[in-house]
Amino acid sequence: MTNRAEMTRRDILKSGAAASTLTLAPGVTLMAFGGTAEASSRADAGKRWGLLIDASKCAADCNDCVTACKVENGWGSQTELEQIDPEQAPEWIRKVTLRDTSTGREVSAPVMCQHCEAPPCVDVCPTGASMKREDGIVLVDKHICIGCRYCMMACPFKARSFVHAEITDQNVQAPRGKGTVESCNLCAPRIDSGRIPACVEACEKAGHSAILFGDLKDPDSAISKALNDYDSVALRADLELDPGVRYTNL
Amino acid sequence: MAMEQTIYRELKATPGVWQIAALLLAFLAAAGGAWFYMEHHGHAVTGMTNQIVWGLPHVFAIFLIVAASGALNVASIGSVFGEKAYKPMGRFSSLLAITLLVGGLAIVVLDLGRADRLIVAMTTYNFSSVVAWNVLLYNGFVAVVAVYLVTQMMRALDYKWVRVAGFVAFLWRLALTTGTGSIFGWLVARPGYDAAIMAPMFIIMSFSFGLAIFILVTLTLLKLNDRIFGEELLKRLGRLLGVFASAVLYFALVFHLTNLYATEHGGYERFILMDGGIYTMLFWGVQVMLGGLIPIALVFLNPSRSSTILASILVVIGGFAQVYVIVIGGQAYPLEIFPGYEVIEGFHEGVVSPYTPSIWELMLGLGGVALALFAAGVGAKVLRVLPTNLSDGNLAAKG
Repeated sequence: MTNRAEMTRRDILKSGAAASTLTLAPGVTLMAFGGTAEASSRADAGKRWGLLIDASKCAADCNDCVTACKVENGWGSQTELEQIDPEQAPEWIRKVTLRDTSTGREVSAPVMCQHCEAPPCVDVCPTGASMKREDGIVLVDKHICIGCRYCMMACPFKARSFVHAEITDQNVQAPRGKGTVESCNLCAPRIDSGRIPACVEACEKAGHSAILFGDLKDPDSAISKALNDYDSVALRADLELDPGVRYTNL
Repeated sequence: MAMEQTIYRELKATPGVWQIAALLLAFLAAAGGAWFYMEHHGHAVTGMTNQIVWGLPHVFAIFLIVAASGALNVASIGSVFGEKAYKPMGRFSSLLAITLLVGGLAIVVLDLGRADRLIVAMTTYNFSSVVAWNVLLYNGFVAVVAVYLVTQMMRALDYKWVRVAGFVAFLWRLALTTGTGSIFGWLVARPGYDAAIMAPMFIIMSFSFGLAIFILVTLTLLKLNDRIFGEELLKRLGRLLGVFASAVLYFALVFHLTNLYATEHGGYERFILMDGGIYTMLFWGVQVMLGGLIPIALVFLNPSRSSTILASILVVIGGFAQVYVIVIGGQAYPLEIFPGYEVIEGFHEGVVSPYTPSIWELMLGLGGVALALFAAGVGAKVLRVLPTNLSDGNLAAKG
């Protein structure tokens, strides 16, 4: 809500699109459009953020993306893990190693919220806490999540966790709450300030660059070009959820 | 005319009534304590995990909610389908339907991660969510059935209004159970759910479970006040229960046959039917044998007062097992996220998720049952819903 409050009349006038659509749906369009540096701190309907994960570049023994996510979003600390059963522990992102049953080839890749275009978790949420931003990021509004966990029943990727115990030492940019559901939010606060998700950055630092982040709607973005040039797959493509996270060389 | 002949009187507070009330209150207090403990420590103290996200409380809750709409059937058979022998039981059938639903909903609400945000669930709706529809269906059910109960209790009212209210309540209960079944039927992600037959199967389950509970509760309350429940009437209800239990088995058969035909669901079927451990045992041993074939045999081959009572108890046990297999078994079976691959490292990928319910979850679930029964008893104590006499003499007179 502060985003809306901060927006001045000058910002609106600067963006022709915003001004023209303002009368139709003021709340939504104000949040959605922008072209200025300041306005770019809002979810932009003109973009759809996504990830392309190259399994051939992902090292089986490297866990840097998971560690970076933990640090950035403040989950899975030693203190937290001591209080709960491993099966109750949060898991915003996890590494999996797979063996092709027909060829025996082994690959490794991270799995996180797949940021579906048609997210089942959003469809089933009774209160609307599970939501998709204008820029395609799927996340939980922890203020109205009642902790019913129906989204976890509906997610085909096991991407969500329920906070089973009291949380201490929370990160300022990633508030969490006992009794609510959480998952990868593609580091929305970082994206809103023009940075890339923590897992992507960590993978680059580790020298693998297995995760490509970018705007799927921009035909000139590196991710769009890579998706055009190489074969890629969506997990559970049969469900036709159109995930924003794609895999190549899997 | 049946309605005029029946005399309804409040339950008398005999020592037996007080003893049962005290017992139920003890269960309620235990459930309150268990809930407070879980609320304070979070779900960490339960057996629920990120894989088994709905545990034993949901099994109790769904069983009660399904049974609630079924308990209303006795009233519907009387006033919608005109079976005179059922009319004297209509009032209590309506009351029990409401209290069973309330008991089930209390469990769901208290098992929420943020039960304190119930007001959010009541005021913020996402209309693409089956659960949001159910919030409206459940609240509406209480209101519709309450009106139906009042029309039944107003003797001065033209009987056509009872029929109208009964018809609306009957349609509403069908919608409600459709909604409850669709909570699972519409989940495409999990191979154990994702089946359109879930909704009609839940409806037929409700017929069976609800009638069984109605028989047991009514019989107990009448006995506590030395009122008569005629053997012929009881046997008649028993036969109806046998028909419903057969239909439940039939739907379960079609559900599993359909799944077996689809290769993609073969793994789930093998899990439930053959090598699922506790789930396979519950399915064949408790749901099919104990809660299906045996009660059906009892009521048809040896119809009697005691066989009807035993059949009702077995249907309740079998029904509970059936809901357990659906709810927990459906989650325990792993999600197929990477078809064509074997997961050699990951987090509980492709393996059956273990689940051991905690004592707190059991206490909360039993508390919901106690709430439903206690409220039904209080209702019978303060309202004129139970007939003074359900003897077979009445049955014959009413045709």
